[in-house]
Amino acid sequence: MKLPYDEMSAADGSRRAHYEPFSRWLESTPEEIIARKREEADLTFHRVGITFAVYGEDAGAERLIPFDIVPRIIPAHEWKVLEAGLRQRVKALNAFLHDVYHDQEILKAGRIPADHVLKNELFRREMIGVNVPGNIYCHIAGVDIVRAGEGEYYVLEDNLRTPSGVSYMLEDRKMMMRLFPELFAQQAIAPVEHYPDLLLDNLRSVAPAGISDPTVVVLTPGQFNSAYFEHAFLAQQMGVELVDGNDLFVREGRVFMRTTAGPRRVDVIYRRIDDDYLDPLAFKPDSVLGVPGLFDAYRRGHVTLANAVGTGIADDKSMYIHVPEMIRFYCGEEPIIANVPTRELRKPDDLKYVLDHLSELVVKEVHGSGGYGMLVGPTASKEEIRLFREKIIAAPEKYIAQPTLALSTCPTFVESGVAPRHIDLRPFVLSGTGGVTMVPGGLTRVALKEGSLVVNSSQGGGTKDTWILEK
Amino acid sequence: MLSSTADHLYWMARSMERAENTARMLDVTYRMSLLKHSTLEPAQEWSAILSISGLQYEFAQSYPEINAENVMRFMVMDEDNPASIITSLHNARENARAERGMITSEMWEVLNATWIEMKTKRDAGIPPDGISAFFDWVKERSHLSRGIAHGTMLRGDAFRFIRLGTFFERADNTARILDVKYHILLPSLDEVGGAADYYQWGALLRSVSAFEAYRKVYRDVITPRRVAELLILRADMPRSLHACINEVNRLVQEINGSRSSEVQRLIGMLHAELRFGRIEDVITQGLHEYLTSVVSRLYAVGDQVNRTYFWPSDD
Repeated sequence: MKLPYDEMSAADGSRRAHYEPFSRWLESTPEEIIARKREEADLTFHRVGITFAVYGEDAGAERLIPFDIVPRIIPAHEWKVLEAGLRQRVKALNAFLHDVYHDQEILKAGRIPADHVLKNELFRREMIGVNVPGNIYCHIAGVDIVRAGEGEYYVLEDNLRTPSGVSYMLEDRKMMMRLFPELFAQQAIAPVEHYPDLLLDNLRSVAPAGISDPTVVVLTPGQFNSAYFEHAFLAQQMGVELVDGNDLFVREGRVFMRTTAGPRRVDVIYRRIDDDYLDPLAFKPDSVLGVPGLFDAYRRGHVTLANAVGTGIADDKSMYIHVPEMIRFYCGEEPIIANVPTRELRKPDDLKYVLDHLSELVVKEVHGSGGYGMLVGPTASKEEIRLFREKIIAAPEKYIAQPTLALSTCPTFVESGVAPRHIDLRPFVLSGTGGVTMVPGGLTRVALKEGSLVVNSSQGGGTKDTWILEK
Repeated sequence: MLSSTADHLYWMARSMERAENTARMLDVTYRMSLLKHSTLEPAQEWSAILSISGLQYEFAQSYPEINAENVMRFMVMDEDNPASIITSLHNARENARAERGMITSEMWEVLNATWIEMKTKRDAGIPPDGISAFFDWVKERSHLSRGIAHGTMLRGDAFRFIRLGTFFERADNTARILDVKYHILLPSLDEVGGAADYYQWGALLRSVSAFEAYRKVYRDVITPRRVAELLILRADMPRSLHACINEVNRLVQEINGSRSSEVQRLIGMLHAELRFGRIEDVITQGLHEYLTSVVSRLYAVGDQVNRTYFWPSDD
């Protein structure tokens, strides 16, 4: 079988030019020094407590996400294309969200079947006609990009609800600079450390009209959420309050936080709580995480939620297939980064094809996330395939299927030494009234198990620092 | 500052201080129980621990008999006991975890490491000859966390709420320990104690690190009256009620915000009494009555602190 595209080495075994300085360093540095540095990284992450909680294990369990010291390096010319592609994609997604909650031009034009949107459970009727500042819906997008075949990039997934991982991007960089300062002197690596500043600027830019010095907060479901570390980290880095539902209350359509000096008005909420749990009066009535009356204040335009309510309709896996069409419709351009060819199992032809080729395909639940509820055909057992087949036949509309992409690999430290492991990339794209911005970089996730294509941290994935070269 | 943040920081510090005080109390009682001189029934000493913490009922739910082993187990390792050392250290750590962004990383790391070490000790078990070393360890971790707060934290409201928690807990503990010990040691103040009482009073002083201070201040034999004076009224004795309330009084004036006037009034009154009070009047009133009243007034201030800062009504 043909080897997947490797980030460091070309097919003939030669080093790619942009990895040249790093691989020279790797080869010339004694093993024990590297072993010591790796140990130091582990210890530091543990002591500092950069952990995430794992659902389903004993309550409150915390685990470290493994960090790998071999960076993922992207040359400047590739990043330029990626950046343009991300900008284009996120612009189109924002335009789409504004459109479907207002005039629905794209549906009227027949470019996307209306049923796919209007009958989707992620379409929030409550948002129809609601105006949000700057018509921005996905203020923070985490777009998952993979590389396959001869090295071409694909968008695997758009995460427009509460994408996480940016804290690891920042902590991984800090760790690399601490462990290997000499490497940063050899190559011009674009900085990412200003992400919190960009994020704060971006959030302030979308405050309700007429507020000159907006108060921003980060809203977390609480310390037992898997991404709590990140919520606390971002609040601290931006210098804003980290709040949970109990810290906020709504009076006369305005949102306040309870402080030791009395109630204080809140203007922008970077919320890391799903739509369903935001407000028990508007959504799930039994939610204890949210704030009663919050949605009403939001609809009246007295507070901005980032991301907006209802963005799920644009990043749903069944909507993913339509994003290229959105780009053509709203931007009048061809997509710069391609989609992975995707089959919709609601279509009889596609369903038949998929059922006949289950052992070759990746099948995903339309509403699933975090690597749960998916079948990776080539690595699944016969029994797993049989069970999944039953699930598909019972409700084909709940699934999509994609070819098993030979994700690119990057050399990674594993028990037996350095070996290639599959990776992906999640850049974080910010949209505000000042336009679309991003730091050059993202979170590189790596599947540590040999041959595994699942990079999610909840499934044993690790992370790497991502270097975008400046030239 | 967010009300919930202030609440977490306050309880973080209170829990750590509570662990320390519990360790002090158990350590001294344990040492006393090793002395043959004691005039008290062993069960009486151990039940005093439960009354100081107000936990007689909780104890009786799970333990058939009051004895050294059971009370120790209950107060050190019982995770169902809300005031045990292990629960307190866990609470300190969880409150810190909730406010990692508000405390210095050193502060977080010391509480996190303390909890991790505590779990190791729990799983390994504490050998009988290691119990005093364990109490020393708890005290040291508490000293360390207080020192780190003092040495690394910005002098803002976060720091003030941490200090507030420390001194509240300490005042409460000093009042309770004095009350209970006085009560069982000296049903009547006129009774003259023998050598055994000397050890008992010495032990009480040691439990609040006041034995050497007593010597320096009075240069004389230990008498119950002076012990009471030292632990209630001496402003220069760091675990006395007066010293603790001095700090609390100063802190509530420094905390930002206009909502604290009732807190200030209540604590100011208590402060004035401690500052201008005389031990003769305390004894005349009855020490037990006096201390009971102090504890209940502390409780009232605590309640007002709660309503003012931690759980304010929304208007």
